[in-house]
Amino acid sequence: MRLVLEKRQEASDLMAYASPLIAVAITFAFSAIVFAAMGKPVGASLFTYFIEPLTDLNSLQELAVKATPLVLIAVGLSLCYISNNWNIGAEGQYVMGAVFGSGVALAAQGTMSGPHVLAAMLAAGILGGMLWGALPALLKVRFGASEILTSLMLVYVAEKVLDYLVRGPWRDPKGYNFPQSVAFDTTVPVLFESGRLHLGSVIALGVVIAAFVLVGRTLKGFELQVVGQAPRAARFAGFSPARATLFVFAVSGGLAGLAGIIEVAGPIGQLQPSISPGYGFTAIIVAFLGRLNPIGCLIAGLLLALTYIGGENAQIVLKLPLDLTKVIQGFLLFAVLACDSLILYRPRLIAGGSHGGTAHGAH
Amino acid sequence: MAVAGAEIDMAGAGTLDRSVASNAATALIAALGISKRFGSTQANDKVDLIIQPGEIHALLGENGAGKSTLVKILYGALQADSGALVWEGTPVAIANPAAARALGIGMVFQHFSLFEALTVAENIALAMPGKLDLAGLSKTIAEVSQVYGLPLVPTARVADLSVGERQRIEIVRALLQEPKLLIMDEPTSVLTPQEADQLFLTLERLKSEGKSILYISHRLDEVKRLCDAATIMRHGKVVGHVDPRAETAASLARLMVGADIHVVKGRAARDAGAVRFALRQLTLPKNGPFSVALDHIDLEVRAGEVVCIAGVAGNGQTELFDAISGERVAASAGAVLIDAQPVGRHGPNDRRRRGAAFVAEERLGHGAVPVRVLSDNVLLTRHASDAGLTGGGWLSFLRKGAANAVVDRVTQAYDVRKGKRDPEARSLSGGNLQKFVVGREIDRAPGVLVVNQPTWGVDAGAAALIRQALVDLAATGSAVLVISQDLDEIFEIADRIAVIHHGALSPAYPAATMTLEKVGLLMGGAHPEKLDTEGQG
Repeated sequence: MRLVLEKRQEASDLMAYASPLIAVAITFAFSAIVFAAMGKPVGASLFTYFIEPLTDLNSLQELAVKATPLVLIAVGLSLCYISNNWNIGAEGQYVMGAVFGSGVALAAQGTMSGPHVLAAMLAAGILGGMLWGALPALLKVRFGASEILTSLMLVYVAEKVLDYLVRGPWRDPKGYNFPQSVAFDTTVPVLFESGRLHLGSVIALGVVIAAFVLVGRTLKGFELQVVGQAPRAARFAGFSPARATLFVFAVSGGLAGLAGIIEVAGPIGQLQPSISPGYGFTAIIVAFLGRLNPIGCLIAGLLLALTYIGGENAQIVLKLPLDLTKVIQGFLLFAVLACDSLILYRPRLIAGGSHGGTAHGAH
Repeated sequence: MAVAGAEIDMAGAGTLDRSVASNAATALIAALGISKRFGSTQANDKVDLIIQPGEIHALLGENGAGKSTLVKILYGALQADSGALVWEGTPVAIANPAAARALGIGMVFQHFSLFEALTVAENIALAMPGKLDLAGLSKTIAEVSQVYGLPLVPTARVADLSVGERQRIEIVRALLQEPKLLIMDEPTSVLTPQEADQLFLTLERLKSEGKSILYISHRLDEVKRLCDAATIMRHGKVVGHVDPRAETAASLARLMVGADIHVVKGRAARDAGAVRFALRQLTLPKNGPFSVALDHIDLEVRAGEVVCIAGVAGNGQTELFDAISGERVAASAGAVLIDAQPVGRHGPNDRRRRGAAFVAEERLGHGAVPVRVLSDNVLLTRHASDAGLTGGGWLSFLRKGAANAVVDRVTQAYDVRKGKRDPEARSLSGGNLQKFVVGREIDRAPGVLVVNQPTWGVDAGAAALIRQALVDLAATGSAVLVISQDLDEIFEIADRIAVIHHGALSPAYPAATMTLEKVGLLMGGAHPEKLDTEGQG
């Protein structure tokens, strides 16, 4: 007996939806094995990790707070990925958004406040992310440099810029020499008295809907998909791959930057050296788990947020290391990509034999 | 020559079986009752093929008749669902191409598998078992190519070679394995008539040494001239074993197609109208190591006219098409004119808005996006020129209904066969997808239509329909430009014929004054002016 993958005539619609679910199930099973291997009770660990955060209102709000940057970034990244542009540097674009937005916040500090300052901060955040995203796009379009490498390397540059600012010019003079800025006067307002759910989550929902319409209903969305699916046909259709690259990097950089300033002016409240537990990288998993579909990104963002909160829970309750979260997230991406092959291929058990070329046929 | 049993047989399976049985005993290879199914398609249905030693045996059939499947089974690239293979009287199983080569079966593919950046000897070395000895191999190559009239320089880089020379590499590579049976898949489809003649001499020589050749083709004149026996397939079945020399081209065609072939109608001499499309001194540099530069190309296509550009593959057809469609822009606006408007600096959509339409050679991935449904593929080439396909405003919302209406119209007018109303492009057969991509453009009633390889890899029925559609479009006053490597097609539909060679285009001569020989000479690079004087002499 051996297992072969047969190419399907058309992509399977069923599997397009089932594959992320299968991946999630496999990840749960994998997590159970890891918990067992670490000598923890499997049932209780799974409950603490994946169920408990869903059981009270406060942690549900917390879930949305964590999901907000993930969803914002992932929606932008999915636009990149459908058009075959590999933006791996959303983390850096997120940081530069936070830096630009904080610049506005600090300039207005003590002299102005109110919605227009917040709007200016968000706009500056978008601009910062856009500019940081435009760099790898320009390098790709102009010189053919791999955007995977350049966007990733710019992450580290952005982090150094942030580090310099909070330790140098933007450090709070009354902050006992801690590397952090003053607490912002103008912050992203929370929605309810109790809890941390804030306006950013509403913005993220709006972005999801806008992106869904863009991709599925407009010529621009069609263009991005065709550029990714058949570059030669895209040029034949008069769509410029270079223009698409600049567009998606600008949009995804802008959204990552928006996520950055919302996080800094929201839950964090000030600029500090560490402003992200790796949202920009985790969002890559969110984008793929969400089938590069904005609505899917929303669902996947909530799921990944769950692993963050569950991980914190497990650290407190079960004394499990926080790094386990990254292991589980990484395994989830692996499982998603593996399960995606089921969309185009059909697994089939074949009895015995060693014939060559089983999967080939005349088309 | 052993052709005794190859009698004309249309009566039915009974007599067929008898002749098969008597021949199988002496055969070099006999494939008996071969069946192979792919999904819902019966690609081979109890197919018998018997090749005698020292025989050039033709395998005739339209695209999709099952020839390729049968040959892949003989060469071990596919396994039959049922049936037997008998090699020199012994039943054999051919598990893979290596096993086929070990038996003594060599194959020359229609699409070459050569590395362009490597030399002739290096390419051949890659296919040879055992240790690499380039110097020794080069000597052997020189010897073999000498003996069989296949001139080759072992140290030449493949990228610099013509298609004919590349084919010689494939043949020499196969011959070095000393096969008893050489399978050749459509060998002349990429050659000029003169190069084909040269190939025939080689094949005769091989035959005289007692080697057998399985010659796959749909060119009936060649088969009549060259082959000792022919097996004809239609819809996966063998419909006849005949002696091609005793048949006429028309009778062979009838067997192949199962009916009289459609002849394009309405090609009466028309009065050519105004120039609707023109190229003026179009020059483009190479855009890659293996691309061809376009060299001062001049061309005019008038209203009501079908102009065809002949040429051996790889002489700049792709580059010319890209320059005409606007995928590559020219240096000056005046190099490309659509209805006298200079568009050389404009992209494809600006050219489409001025009434031009384009059909690319490669259906999947160029003319259509394989993974997208047909209505999306309507949008692909018509989103700019058809106002109704997208809504107003800067967001350009898509109007699915309008695109679906086009799909339905094209389906109806061009008999596109498909499983559901709006399937993915890749799920259509080659012929049906080609009818769709041609129909998609003609449906716009374009003033200028430029088609690259309109019927490449398409069955005869679809090809006839497409050619008729092109001629009919011209009759309505459009200018039609066809780039093709199929000379039969060109002579069937062209009002004027030009030939492209090394990126330069000959003048377009009236089709009535052109002969196959003259086109062949131009394809091989003869100078047009010299040809003119010879023609008048």
